[in-house]
Amino acid sequence: MYSQALNTKDAAAADTSPEAASFQARIDAEERIEPNDWMPDAYRRTLIRQISQHAHSEIVGMLPEGNWITRAPSLRRKAALLAKVQDEGGHGLYLYSAAETLGVAREELVDQLLTGRAKYSSIFNYPTLSWADIGTIGWLVDGAAIMNQIPLCRCSFGPYARAMIRVCREESFHQRQGYEIVLTLARGTPAQKAMAQDALNRWWWPCLMMFGPPDTDSQHSDTSMRWKIKRFTNDALRQKFIDATVPQGHFLGLTFPDPDLRFDEASGHWQCGTIDWSEFRRVLAGDGPCNRERLAARQKAHDDGAWVREAALAHAAKQQRKAA
Amino acid sequence: MTNTPLWEVFVRARNGLAHKHVGSVHAADATMALQAARDVYTRRGEGLSLWVVPSNAIVASDPTDREMLFEPTGSKIYRHPTFYEVPEEVGHM
Repeated sequence: MYSQALNTKDAAAADTSPEAASFQARIDAEERIEPNDWMPDAYRRTLIRQISQHAHSEIVGMLPEGNWITRAPSLRRKAALLAKVQDEGGHGLYLYSAAETLGVAREELVDQLLTGRAKYSSIFNYPTLSWADIGTIGWLVDGAAIMNQIPLCRCSFGPYARAMIRVCREESFHQRQGYEIVLTLARGTPAQKAMAQDALNRWWWPCLMMFGPPDTDSQHSDTSMRWKIKRFTNDALRQKFIDATVPQGHFLGLTFPDPDLRFDEASGHWQCGTIDWSEFRRVLAGDGPCNRERLAARQKAHDDGAWVREAALAHAAKQQRKAA
Repeated sequence: MTNTPLWEVFVRARNGLAHKHVGSVHAADATMALQAARDVYTRRGEGLSLWVVPSNAIVASDPTDREMLFEPTGSKIYRHPTFYEVPEEVGHM
């Protein structure tokens, strides 16, 4: 979901050195770049930014779903939700680990998140108001994430690509458990079905925004495509997501909150109406429904955990002294 | 503030296979590193055994030395069995 990180402008200066030429030749030959290999500074910076923002998204993404763990409607649902939220934490850690191979410290990355210097996906600034939101997040948010993340399994940077393979394997469970929740509600009482419809109404447009601004506005894509960090444009991935998701929604007997949504026979694609990009920019700039709450929750967790980190280090130092 | 040390994690997926590098974790000591590695890298039966190694204990070859280190073997074709002629009649060897 996290190609949003690529949409900030950071024009890579054209590097004409022989190293840069042989680097690009390796990329063109589909070779993987490993942490100790020579790479242009801009490639390193772009990757640190994208991977760490992806990691932050996973970590902040635990918050909206964590909200419902204590109120899951059955033990089965609760166990699944716990496992899913734990997976999101795990994904964040795989990704931080991949980012660190580029020479940035974990503490620095966490600090960037907490001080607002690093972004995370806009989607996690929306609230989870009902149990149906949990199903809808799994179905749509994780569905959109999968669309975005499958091509990243072939990203030119080895550690990122390998982390994404693990992430994608686990996301598929997330999407299926989400769809099952929505299906159960859609087949339930009229009130349950209305809950599912309400969740779809609220999440559909923000999910389409997850893929980032339209290609016409996204200045950063060219370099990322040339470096094979990114394989498809924002609009191409968004279209793939719409085509895959609309029939799934119709199967549920739900409608999409878009009067202009229609199937175009000529192209074979579903066409959606106009996305409200001013909302996207507002949420990304820090003014979404939950931006302040999310960062405050992360800051509190970080502060409340400080004594644990200190105690663990003190204990390790003491054990080392004893052994010496 | 001291940074929490970094550990590289290796998992043996199945009996009979070698441990394979899967990523890293931060932990204050070896016991906590093992615990974190178990939670992060083996949530779905990925392994039967874990190693954690302090990242700064790993010594790696320099990628710019790649040719010097590994290229020479390319020309030593006499190291491969197919370099040698054995008559058909002798059968598989």
